[in-house]
Amino acid sequence: MLQTALNALALGSVYALMAVGIGLVFGVLRLVNFAYGQLIMAGAFSLAVTSEQGWPDWASLLTCFAVVIALSLLMEVAVFRPLRNAPPATMLVATFAIAFLLQAVALMKFGSLGKVATIFPGLFDPVADSGRFATVRWVTIVAITCGVVAVVGLTVMLERTSVGLHMRAAAADFRTARLLGVNANRVITLAVVLSGVLAAAVSVILVIQTPLVVPSFALRDTIIVLVGVVVGGLDRLWTATLGGFSIGVATSIFTDKLPTDATVYVDSFVFLAVIAVLLLRPNGLFAPASARPVERA
Amino acid sequence: MNLANRLVGLVVPLLLVLAVTGLGSLASSSNEIYFLTALVDVVIVVGLYVFVGNSGVLSFGQMSFVAVGAFAAGLLTIPPGVKRNILPDLFPFLERHSTGNLVSLLLAAALGAVFALLVGLPLMRLSGLAAGIATFAVLGITHNVLLYYEKIGPGPGTMTSIPETTGLVQAMWGALVAILVAWLYQLSRQGRLLRATREDAAVAQAVGVSVHRQRLWAFGLSGAICGFGGGLLVHQLGTITAEQLYLELTFLTLAMLVVGGTNSLLGAVVGALLVSGLDSFLVNAETGVHVLGLTVDVPTGASTVVLGALMALILVLRPSGITGGREARLPRWWPRRAEGAP
Repeated sequence: MLQTALNALALGSVYALMAVGIGLVFGVLRLVNFAYGQLIMAGAFSLAVTSEQGWPDWASLLTCFAVVIALSLLMEVAVFRPLRNAPPATMLVATFAIAFLLQAVALMKFGSLGKVATIFPGLFDPVADSGRFATVRWVTIVAITCGVVAVVGLTVMLERTSVGLHMRAAAADFRTARLLGVNANRVITLAVVLSGVLAAAVSVILVIQTPLVVPSFALRDTIIVLVGVVVGGLDRLWTATLGGFSIGVATSIFTDKLPTDATVYVDSFVFLAVIAVLLLRPNGLFAPASARPVERA
Repeated sequence: MNLANRLVGLVVPLLLVLAVTGLGSLASSSNEIYFLTALVDVVIVVGLYVFVGNSGVLSFGQMSFVAVGAFAAGLLTIPPGVKRNILPDLFPFLERHSTGNLVSLLLAAALGAVFALLVGLPLMRLSGLAAGIATFAVLGITHNVLLYYEKIGPGPGTMTSIPETTGLVQAMWGALVAILVAWLYQLSRQGRLLRATREDAAVAQAVGVSVHRQRLWAFGLSGAICGFGGGLLVHQLGTITAEQLYLELTFLTLAMLVVGGTNSLLGAVVGALLVSGLDSFLVNAETGVHVLGLTVDVPTGASTVVLGALMALILVLRPSGITGGREARLPRWWPRRAEGAP
């Protein structure tokens, strides 16, 4: 029971981190970034390559963050910026295109068998040698800590700093915020960089949990989180984050508690739950009753 | 907006299909497959367009109707004796019965329609992102079940020994029928009502249009065309896996629609033919291809990279698609009756 709860908490934290990253970009750009998983994949491959070269762990870590942030900025400048006023379907398909492009590049460069990343191997050890916490690994604690730090840090930034105020204003009504003197490019760039930082953190955590990095790394997780943020409610950062967290918890509990011959149908159960929630609360599970629909007129 | 213009909107897509068929019949037998693929893609993308284009609601679920149609049409045309050997876990009635090519296609369409109507009944209340994600969840479930449930298909394996009955002529007829049905629908009262809800759902509702009912009709019709397309596809390939009918094809067909122009039938057809052709050319180029006396040689795996980049580029340059979401019309110099004449 405790084990199930801890597993659920760990997966929930990782998904919450991803949800914050996706929600931040959605807030300022109204863009659902399908290519977010490929950012994580790129970070994971950079960890694999650098650790294979025998780089020290801190250097791999720095490279991973640099690669992911650079890639997210490149995406912003090359695709998101020109498409800023395009219809939502066009933006979504464009991120689809980037996702497949990045995955194909990884496939070309590293092959479908992938690479093994060995970074911070000590973190995969159990917390205790024996007894109740024998199957709790350090990385679980790191994941939960990261999740808490990210959520608290972002809340402080959004509530207490002027750039956070700009970001909230842009998320609420982008055009009015610009009229009132919010520097659009600065706010968007900051959101994109922050979401890149989160993607890099997620790729480190995921790599420690599953060291084998393949081109479809984190793809399933991204799909589930994308679904989760919409279920939670995308027009507020905290509802999106809660959505990501809850779908992580739900997935983990389904995985642990379904009978063995039904575990292959975990996704079906999660998606059925998603459909049920969406039908009951189309604006988001955690959205306040007064919430307006997400689309801009 | 007179009848002649409407007819041009039908005739131009039909002529495009005929032209591609003509080119395909001239091509060598090894190249014919690319034209075949393009025509089958037209059917699926037109199916997608009937719902997404007319309603303005993005759906990722249409591939599940293609998948259901493909699995049904495939299962029903494998001879019973062969089926017993290659798919031993099937439900007995699926194992015993088989039908011909045409019946299997009609059944695929009917199954697609029924599935779409059942799913649409609750889901069509949603719009915007919620609708997109809910339809995606449907696709996720369909894929998950087809991938593991061995009583209705090959499970994680491959369904083989399906008769390859989709030749150039059958693919052409399929595309022509799909376009005609889509055109008739968008000209009908139902189609116009749905497009009214696309332009402004609140106003349409205020004048008495049931958004839910109109979307549901289109979803069902779209499911039928998609199921039909799945049947054509499986009879073209001869083998099928659940993985082939999931994310990549969803992405590719949606991209075809958006690249062509989401809001017009012409856009659906042009996008399908163009992107499909491009895809085939690039895959071919990986083994070296000759264009205008030059040998274009692309490293293996590069086709997806180039395709992704090209599509992103087209979308950046023309966010509303190549056709801009407009139907084919008579040229400006064509003589016409005065506007507003009774």
